[in-house]
Amino acid sequence: MADKVHVKTVINGEAVEFLCEPRDSLLEVLRDNLMLTGAKEGCNNGNCGACSVILNGRLVNSCLVLGAEIEGKEVETVEGLAEPNKLHPIQDAFLENAALQCGVCTPGFLMAAKALLNENPNPTEHDVRFWLAGNLCRCTGYDKIVRAVLDAAETMSTEVNA
Amino acid sequence: MAVEKEYKVIGTRPIRHDGVDKVTGRALYGADYQAAGLLHGRVLRSPHAHARIKSINTSRAEAYPGVKAVVTAADLTASQDKIVDLGEGAVNLKFMCDNILAREKALYKGHAVAAVAALNGHIAEEALELIDVEYEVLPSAIEVRAAMQDDAPLVHEDMKTDEMGKQSENSSNIASHFQHKKGDIEKGFAEADVVIEHDYVTGTVHQGYIEPHNASAVYNADGEITIWCSTQGAFNARGQVAEILQHPVSKVKVVPMEIGGGFGGKISVYLEPLAALLSKKSGRPVKVLMSREDVFESTGPTPASYVRVKIGATNDGRITAAEAYIAFEAGAYPGSPVGAAAMCVFSPYKIENGFIDAYDVLVNKAKTNAYRAPGSTNVAFATETIIDEICEKIGMDPIEFRLLNSAKEGDSRVDGPVFPRIGFIETVEAAKDHPHYSAPLEGKHKGRGTATGFWPNFAFKSSVSINVNPDGTISLVEGSTDIGGSRASIAMQAAEVLGISAESVHPTVVDTNSVGYTDVTGGSHTTYTTGLAAYEAAQDVKSQMIERAAKLWEVDAKEIEFADGIFRYVNGKEEEIDFKGLAEKLGQTGGPLMGRASVAPSGAGSSIGTHIVDVEVDVDTGKVEILRYTATQDAGKAIHPSYVEGQIQGGAVQGIGWALNEEYIFNEDGQMTNASFLDYRMPTSYDLPMIDAVIVEVPHPGHPFGVRGVGETPIVAPPAAIANAIYDAVGVRLTELPMSPERVLKALGKI
Ligand code: FES
Ligand code: FES
Repeated sequence: MADKVHVKTVINGEAVEFLCEPRDSLLEVLRDNLMLTGAKEGCNNGNCGACSVILNGRLVNSCLVLGAEIEGKEVETVEGLAEPNKLHPIQDAFLENAALQCGVCTPGFLMAAKALLNENPNPTEHDVRFWLAGNLCRCTGYDKIVRAVLDAAETMSTEVNA
Repeated sequence: MAVEKEYKVIGTRPIRHDGVDKVTGRALYGADYQAAGLLHGRVLRSPHAHARIKSINTSRAEAYPGVKAVVTAADLTASQDKIVDLGEGAVNLKFMCDNILAREKALYKGHAVAAVAALNGHIAEEALELIDVEYEVLPSAIEVRAAMQDDAPLVHEDMKTDEMGKQSENSSNIASHFQHKKGDIEKGFAEADVVIEHDYVTGTVHQGYIEPHNASAVYNADGEITIWCSTQGAFNARGQVAEILQHPVSKVKVVPMEIGGGFGGKISVYLEPLAALLSKKSGRPVKVLMSREDVFESTGPTPASYVRVKIGATNDGRITAAEAYIAFEAGAYPGSPVGAAAMCVFSPYKIENGFIDAYDVLVNKAKTNAYRAPGSTNVAFATETIIDEICEKIGMDPIEFRLLNSAKEGDSRVDGPVFPRIGFIETVEAAKDHPHYSAPLEGKHKGRGTATGFWPNFAFKSSVSINVNPDGTISLVEGSTDIGGSRASIAMQAAEVLGISAESVHPTVVDTNSVGYTDVTGGSHTTYTTGLAAYEAAQDVKSQMIERAAKLWEVDAKEIEFADGIFRYVNGKEEEIDFKGLAEKLGQTGGPLMGRASVAPSGAGSSIGTHIVDVEVDVDTGKVEILRYTATQDAGKAIHPSYVEGQIQGGAVQGIGWALNEEYIFNEDGQMTNASFLDYRMPTSYDLPMIDAVIVEVPHPGHPFGVRGVGETPIVAPPAAIANAIYDAVGVRLTELPMSPERVLKALGKI
């Protein structure tokens, strides 16, 4: 077994250090080493988006990133989305629109939606559907998820303009 | 029993109780289980569809650094033949054990052969490669019609056919054969002006839940086993584990973790007994996970099928006779949902003369399992496309045809049961009145189709207990795992009875030691049956609260009324107190108060839905695009309309996936070649439009609020509706699922 790697990184705004095997994926490190089990494993090969996190501002499938690769980078996970005692507007929109059933895809969709709205604050339905195509949901048929993201975009742009 | 009335809580759309946990990543799903000293388990699986296991040598794996335990079938006591009921179908225990770990033969690619627990998942995976298994590869039976032939390779050498209740002499892959008859089929067809008959083939399809199976276990030295897993039914999982391990059921506790989808596929246990055995051997907690490939290859998808349907009708649109031949692939062990298919094939219609001939057939594939209205989608594809063709021949609108032929209260199904009040006509009328049905559809290669789906729904058993809190809220304890918002739909029924808000109910799903027996979240029964238990438990609370008020006011309890959340006494002196006020006074009126109920109702209300779809066919690529989709469905009474819509939308989209993309592709050796989400392609957000879900409410007389299960029906109609739309668009009738680009191009004569 190869020696463990020492990694210094920032996760949800906080400095974090950990040891991992060179072969451990970021998803494994988050879930097994750091107990951040919000990101889920649906496929472990980049096809479901349940493990979506934001790495240096970019949406990635954490199952396709190595833990050792995040040295010196910044990672955002679902655990860092809400402020203390205040949900993020995307989280509120998911609850109000009943955009989750089993909820296992939800952390991935929330991070994907956040990355979309960072890049495109006023997406059309088509934009949302295109952007979210990397995240599979088997329960909802996507209708309410798409509505939730459109609603969140509206709330967030009113908040910005207010 | 049901009364049409105004409700305060029912029919509103509160935020679900587990919502915040689920949008913050805090909700703990099965794979999120952690414990000090936790070991990680992985499973070795057969690479062959059919092979005799000549020997298994685990010594190299056991010696590998970091490996703490290895188990094979030798660690499981061989089980006897015994039938156990799993909620959505009965299974033979011997087969169930054999499916956990292959004993003499591996019966499908992916069949578990051994399992390893190690310090981490990587080491466990490496150790699997060090297990030496000697196989003698056998010819395999991989397609239902071929498997039924006399000279087919036998999946089980000693399997006899249950031939309409009698055992056959010879061994065969046909596990059972049964028939239903009604009226005079020959006379019925003789009366028909039009008779249409076709053969239909559907592929193997997976439930496709995003969360893979998982199980963690601790096997204590005193024989107490605790299992944490994602299951549709903790009690059913407990029962299976106890039977498989031949362990007292009271010494198995199952803790249901949050579950990432099930759709019928998370009722059977696969990993739970392995986790327990590995924990027993290693003395440590063990978590066993499946990969996505394992999920596809080794859990129970829904069967591939061969169906032949023949329907006769008169020129004025009356069905005179209907006949079906249904053969389902059970997989490696008997028990496909062919029985349910026979219940559903003609059930939306009033059929005077009917005949159903059905077969449960073994093949060298994973044992199939329930998948949302199991069996109904396969046969509705046949019936509903034939009806469309009949309508074309006699020049009648398919919606009018359905209105004319729909089954009503008092009509009997071909398989026997008589319908109580059902909402078929109402859903058809809702479809007819929907603007979608009359909207113009212009452009080349575009078409519209309709179809109806039926599911009988089931009533199982459930228990609920309620504790009244001093702040006027209640804690509701239930055993139904919440897969899609059922904490809310159950809590709301208790809230309605007690005149409190949905938010004043705190529902918790608990382990098998902490609530009365409760069946699986499946069969579309949860909101109906567990909701009924919540209703009864709340009634129990209500009558005890009335007694407390009587004590408080020193009056006779019989003269206290409870309405709109207020207890009232009006006889001489006037007293009133609301639920919260009285809850605060429990201490001075006798102490803690708890209500409870266990229910086992009979007869769930059947559910019917009618769908309308517009498609556009790309005649160069064969791709079918869904332009617009409307689904109407009878919910009896929608407790939380958002989650009812969600069930309809999600089910319709699974049906769309089944219609257009999804199928297992097997090579000639019976090995699945597309076991990943890349190659087994489920619909994404980009493949779909919004799904307009229209809730129709025809109250079910057997439930105090009129609830019918809603979860399963919506998957049934889509393949047929889409096939009918494709015909409308390009003039070809497809009879094979999925209607992939290749099949569309073939039908168009382009390839
Ligand atoms: S688990 Fe990473 S994409 Fe599926
Ligand atoms: S809510 Fe279950 S997979 Fe999306």
